[in-house]
Amino acid sequence: MAGNGRWQVSSLVDLKRGLVSRELFVNDEIYEREQEQIFARSWLFIGHESQVRRPGDYFVSCMGEESVILTRDQQQTIHVFLNTCRHRGMKVCRYDEGNTSVFTCPYHGWSYATDGRLVGVPLFKDSYRGDLDRSEWGLVEVAQWINYKGTIWATWDPAAPPFLDYLGGMKVYLDTVLDCRDGREGGSEVLGGVQKWIMPCNWKFAAENFAGDAYHNISHRSVDLVGIGPSGKERRDTAERATAQRLGASFPELGHGATSFLELEDVPYTPSYQDTPIVEEYFRHCFEERRRRLGPGARLLGLVGNVFPNAAYLARQPRSIAAWHPRGALKTEAWRWFLVDADAPAEVKDVLRRYFLRYSGPAGMTEQDDMENWNYATLASKGVIARRYPYNYQMGLGQEYGSYDSPGVLTDRVAEQNQRGFYQRWAACMELDGP
Amino acid sequence: MRGELLREIEQFLYREARLLDERRFGEWLDLFTDDVRYWMPVRSTRYPRRSKAIVVLDPDRHEEEELAKDGELGIFDESKETLCRRVARLDTGMAWAEDPPSRTRHLVSNVEVEPGDHEGEIKVYSNFLVFRGRGETEQDFYVGSRRDTLRDVAGAWKIARRTIILDQNVLLAKNVSIFF
Repeated sequence: MAGNGRWQVSSLVDLKRGLVSRELFVNDEIYEREQEQIFARSWLFIGHESQVRRPGDYFVSCMGEESVILTRDQQQTIHVFLNTCRHRGMKVCRYDEGNTSVFTCPYHGWSYATDGRLVGVPLFKDSYRGDLDRSEWGLVEVAQWINYKGTIWATWDPAAPPFLDYLGGMKVYLDTVLDCRDGREGGSEVLGGVQKWIMPCNWKFAAENFAGDAYHNISHRSVDLVGIGPSGKERRDTAERATAQRLGASFPELGHGATSFLELEDVPYTPSYQDTPIVEEYFRHCFEERRRRLGPGARLLGLVGNVFPNAAYLARQPRSIAAWHPRGALKTEAWRWFLVDADAPAEVKDVLRRYFLRYSGPAGMTEQDDMENWNYATLASKGVIARRYPYNYQMGLGQEYGSYDSPGVLTDRVAEQNQRGFYQRWAACMELDGP
Repeated sequence: MRGELLREIEQFLYREARLLDERRFGEWLDLFTDDVRYWMPVRSTRYPRRSKAIVVLDPDRHEEEELAKDGELGIFDESKETLCRRVARLDTGMAWAEDPPSRTRHLVSNVEVEPGDHEGEIKVYSNFLVFRGRGETEQDFYVGSRRDTLRDVAGAWKIARRTIILDQNVLLAKNVSIFF
């Protein structure tokens, strides 16, 4: 690591030997370079269309460190803008969500319509003498955005591949979160509100954990013991574990990672949410309908995953998307959304909501312990001596294979190949010549 | 008589705080009714639906825009049963977020008592400042208020409903592994 800012990425990430340097998780220079090489160029998760249902609705989100405004303009078109006045930088929106016809900057009064156009400039005639070309000074808009099955993603990079190419084979795993429980495509909405909290660790702890850490069961053993399962008993992941094959899928060229279960044959319905019959019946119906619609495709049961760089999901129980917003080498701001089928009965949504809150979020019985681990892993990795010892990512090295008819580089047991795939992509992004 | 009731409720809340700080969670659970709803809504800065000028001049039209509504997200939305499960988790010896345990100090103030909506119930408002020390040097402050409904159950007060309002948007602590 040299003071001139240039370093050998290959010395930080050695995937042949399964070693990743601790510097990735504590070093400020690496963090700064990530903002340019990764967050300024990748597709990032912004929010959900159900958060901006009507013209004028807005939701303030983040892309990397930066505040952005997700809006739906008067013509129903969605936009994502940098939340900063073009004149002198003041945030044009200091509310988290709402509805407006115009964003007026409180500093000098420049006003922007919900499609980003600069529509109001005080003293335009008297002082600017009409010389300001307002069409050049609208809000800064992302280069590309997409509404993928209700989720909004955006990138600053006009040269980034289209989102579906960026997603590649990961699409089939992301779909396990975004499709209706009964197999219809899309159809989700988010429950109102977003959980936001600070994690005292580097964003990559969270990203790699959701990308492929099936190893950390001891972290969450306490919730298995008390029976957090949706039926009020047993493990977090219900009974599928007994009948299905674990499927880890890595996309090293793209950086995504997913863990799912694959039923090897059609198995009978395993009841869940048995404490609440109306929900149990709903899921039973969804199970049967999904099998009818998808046939053998219904055998894929999503669990967790991470879309590179920092959008993670839990596919079913709970059903959630989280964004890990970088806030320095040692700090991350986590945002968590929860999804339900938009047309699910209200009682179902409410039971799911309460289960989701028990499981995830800053008071979630599962998520609490992750915070503890990542916090102290960070503290113990900051020192000059600790930083000489890379982390071990050797589990399952060389044992990847793709014998199931599913996309990605696959493994059928607990392994760390998804994490290796994440860092392969990370290294490729970091090595590109930056501006 | 009102002064007596107020004093009684203050003592109730102080005792509750001490049970939490002494980690006597079983006894703390006994302070809740079986049908309790323990709810901490998420909070965000939402633009008032009505004109701000009208809200300021007419207090009857004040709406709490910042707090999540019923059916929206919270940090906690617990029943007696799920609170018991949270406490049971602490007993497993593997609840790493609380093992070693946090040190808490619940400061309760601004206690007000009003008649309840039903016979045998009262409304209780209080503010809290909860310090949480953890490990060597970690410290968190959780500040907010509680709106409780207390019910007389066979001569003893029990908490039938608690809404916890935290005065933060992005939670600055790494977790909420304690109770309020």
